[in-house]
Amino acid sequence: MKDYILDSLAAGSDEAVSRRGALRKLEHAGLGLLAAAVPSVLANAAGAATRSPSRVARTQTVTDVLNFALKLEYLENEFYLMGLAASGLIPSGDRVIFQQISAHETAHVALLKGALGSSAIVKPTFDFTAGGAFSDVFTNYITFKALSQGFEDTGVRAYKGQAVNLKSDGATLTIALQIHSVEARHASQVRRLRGQKGWITSNNTDVSALAAVYAGEDNHVQGGVDVGSTSAATEAFDEPLTMVQVLAIAGPFIV
Amino acid sequence: MLESGKPFENDTPLGFLEQVARVATSRRVFLSWAGATIAVSAIGCSSKSKNPASPGSSGVNFGTGDTAVLNYAYALEQLEAAFYTQVIATPYTGITTGELSLLTDIRDHEVIHRNFLKTALGASAIAALSVNFASVNFSSRASVLGAARTFEDLGVSAYNGAGQLITSDTYLTLAGKIVSVEARHAAAIRDLLSPGTAAFAGNDVVAVSTGLDVQRSPSQVLVLASTYVTTSINRGDLP
Repeated sequence: MKDYILDSLAAGSDEAVSRRGALRKLEHAGLGLLAAAVPSVLANAAGAATRSPSRVARTQTVTDVLNFALKLEYLENEFYLMGLAASGLIPSGDRVIFQQISAHETAHVALLKGALGSSAIVKPTFDFTAGGAFSDVFTNYITFKALSQGFEDTGVRAYKGQAVNLKSDGATLTIALQIHSVEARHASQVRRLRGQKGWITSNNTDVSALAAVYAGEDNHVQGGVDVGSTSAATEAFDEPLTMVQVLAIAGPFIV
Repeated sequence: MLESGKPFENDTPLGFLEQVARVATSRRVFLSWAGATIAVSAIGCSSKSKNPASPGSSGVNFGTGDTAVLNYAYALEQLEAAFYTQVIATPYTGITTGELSLLTDIRDHEVIHRNFLKTALGASAIAALSVNFASVNFSSRASVLGAARTFEDLGVSAYNGAGQLITSDTYLTLAGKIVSVEARHAAAIRDLLSPGTAAFAGNDVVAVSTGLDVQRSPSQVLVLASTYVTTSINRGDLP
């Protein structure tokens, strides 16, 4: 699956640009198409047995982005389900937080699978120990929370990086943004649960094995404007990651 | 387009805003952000008399295209920056060191957002807005954090809804860089109000069935923000 996505992206970058241009022209010709896409996504998300006939044909780029998102949501969803099922892992007082996060990840998986229909990738097999690097992930709450933070902060950066690839499909872009901000709410809460700030200062991390999750977060030039290298200036802007960067982070957790 | 967004919109309790609107009309206290530390730039843009006590006497126009979206964001960031500047200038009774630190961070972020957008817009930037926080009791923790929650959730919904209106890749990504920070703020404020609960991403803002946050169109956001802004706003070509 990973190779498929990467190959199609690498091979089609020029094509994708021209496809997007063409699609934008189509949109101008018929904005109603976009309006039709939203209810179809919702209908599928709600678990409708049959696919909506009004589904709008997607570009390969948009499908690839949705499958990329689905892979990350599969990962998060399984992680929290396993964490909540591990007896004695999450203290009773904190369960409500992870139950809420877990419910959202489950909903995101259902939403994306519904939107993708038969194009949806199957769930990968995950190894949350990452080959032994996090061997106590489901027995040590400290490790579990550290990985949770890493996954949420990665999710935020992953969706952010794909926004421009969804520009041809405004309705889908909006939905991706609505997931993106939920991941950010999760990240803030888990960070604060760990005694961290809810926001990311520079490229700092207290878990050296997760350094790649924060690579580039020290950027302080925004749209050509240097906003200053203070802690606050780096905290004020979350940085995107490319699909390749995200898959490199997720790779060790996918068998 | 507007209709297409509606199914995803969650219902945010408007009780607070309604209450605020009532208090605002009965007790007029205006804080003019233009009169604070960045007065020079504001006056440069609008040398006409800008009396905050007579809203509508002079207004702003967001313009068209990406400029309109950026001015829209700039307006919201002005509102947030002005609010948190006041919060830090007059901390509420019983504020803890941790809360002051957290709210100072947020103030700094919002000021940076505001200043960045002003710079990015250059000559196209709208003037400084006059704001009205009469409805907020700055000595009350519940009032301040309640207003902060409203502002942060509103900001998240505004950026979520505005993404599809942006043409430039650079500015779409920048909107994404800002909105997730607003969402981080929202979660933290919500957790201060209801510690250790699901409120950080509560069912009032994240739909249970889809796991989606709120998104709002500019017109929807501006109606809700109008309680706190006295400057007349023309949203240009934004929906």
